[in-house]
Amino acid sequence: MDLVIIGAGPAGITAAIYAARKSLDFVLLSKDLGGQAALSSDVENYTGYQFITGPDLVSKFEEHLKQFNIRFHIGEQVRGVSKKADASFVVDSDKGSYESRTVLVASGRRPRWLDIPGDREFRNKGVSYCATCDGPLFSGKAVAIIGGGNSALDACLQMMPIAQKIYLVNVNPSLDGDEVMRRKVQESPKVEILNNARSREVLGDGFVKGLKVAVNGAERELSVEGVFVEIGSVPNNEMADFVGKNPYGEIVVDHLNQTNVPGVFAAGDVTNVPEKQIIVAAGEGAKAVLGIFRYLSQRGQES
Amino acid sequence: MAIKVYSTPTCPYCLRLKKYLSDEGVSFDNIDVASDEPGLREMVNVSGQMGVPVVVIDGEVIVGFDQAKIAQKLGI
Repeated sequence: MDLVIIGAGPAGITAAIYAARKSLDFVLLSKDLGGQAALSSDVENYTGYQFITGPDLVSKFEEHLKQFNIRFHIGEQVRGVSKKADASFVVDSDKGSYESRTVLVASGRRPRWLDIPGDREFRNKGVSYCATCDGPLFSGKAVAIIGGGNSALDACLQMMPIAQKIYLVNVNPSLDGDEVMRRKVQESPKVEILNNARSREVLGDGFVKGLKVAVNGAERELSVEGVFVEIGSVPNNEMADFVGKNPYGEIVVDHLNQTNVPGVFAAGDVTNVPEKQIIVAAGEGAKAVLGIFRYLSQRGQES
Repeated sequence: MAIKVYSTPTCPYCLRLKKYLSDEGVSFDNIDVASDEPGLREMVNVSGQMGVPVVVIDGEVIVGFDQAKIAQKLGI
């Protein structure tokens, strides 16, 4: 086939729509539909929508995708991409193997794991990486939010009407993020901000019962039933280990979305393109496929 | 076939799960665990965890919006 698109977030879905309109022979593989956009609560900066929720926007994307006769496999996890001698590629997933002349990596990002003792053990048992999803389960409870940037502040604002007590555990000397959000958090009597605070261990017995932290080096045990982790994200770059990346692990692309390996393109939040925004990712997905179409036409003439 | 969905009103995957079932014409009982405390305890008991959504189809517990698994179980 002509193209395998990896990932069905805004970049991958837009790419698929463009590829369908160019009548490319392709498949869209993704473990989920919508990626991080599906987890956004409110979207107020996608042109044409003054306000839409992330899930609703993703439903719109899905509707658009279904206008075309596209082969898309949701729930399929790509394991790796390898290069063949004839400059084509093999994409291996947990369900199959695909030979293709080009590959578009649009695999996005995932939350950065806390990676301290207890994190993995208590995931979904009090440890949550989605305050929007799991926040309401901690009504009237004490919780800790780990992080000090906008996403941590956002989680904090979401939890303020719900939780009885919130510890904001920030590793830096002061909070980062927007002034407006910061002030609301600082003014809340429910929120105790711990700066210079390093998370050491999630404590519990079946479910979370506490969080061990070191504040300015002094150990302290917070009695909480929920731990929300908001410490940034990392690119899903593992499947394309042979392409060039920057020090942050982002796949380096040029203005035509080409990686340093001819035939491998990338788009969206997995790349070094600045500004991780839904509309930027969607635009990059479109741009990438137009570039791929040109690449395929040029190669077709040569061979 | 008895289908129970444990969800919160805000969780994006809950919304997608409920929309998916409705679009497929599948009827289900929705338990809002944000406001229904006994419902929340029941969800924790049957699934052994606190993440939403949880869907129970004929006694089988599926955690998260696992569309492939749900489709297979429902034969759609």
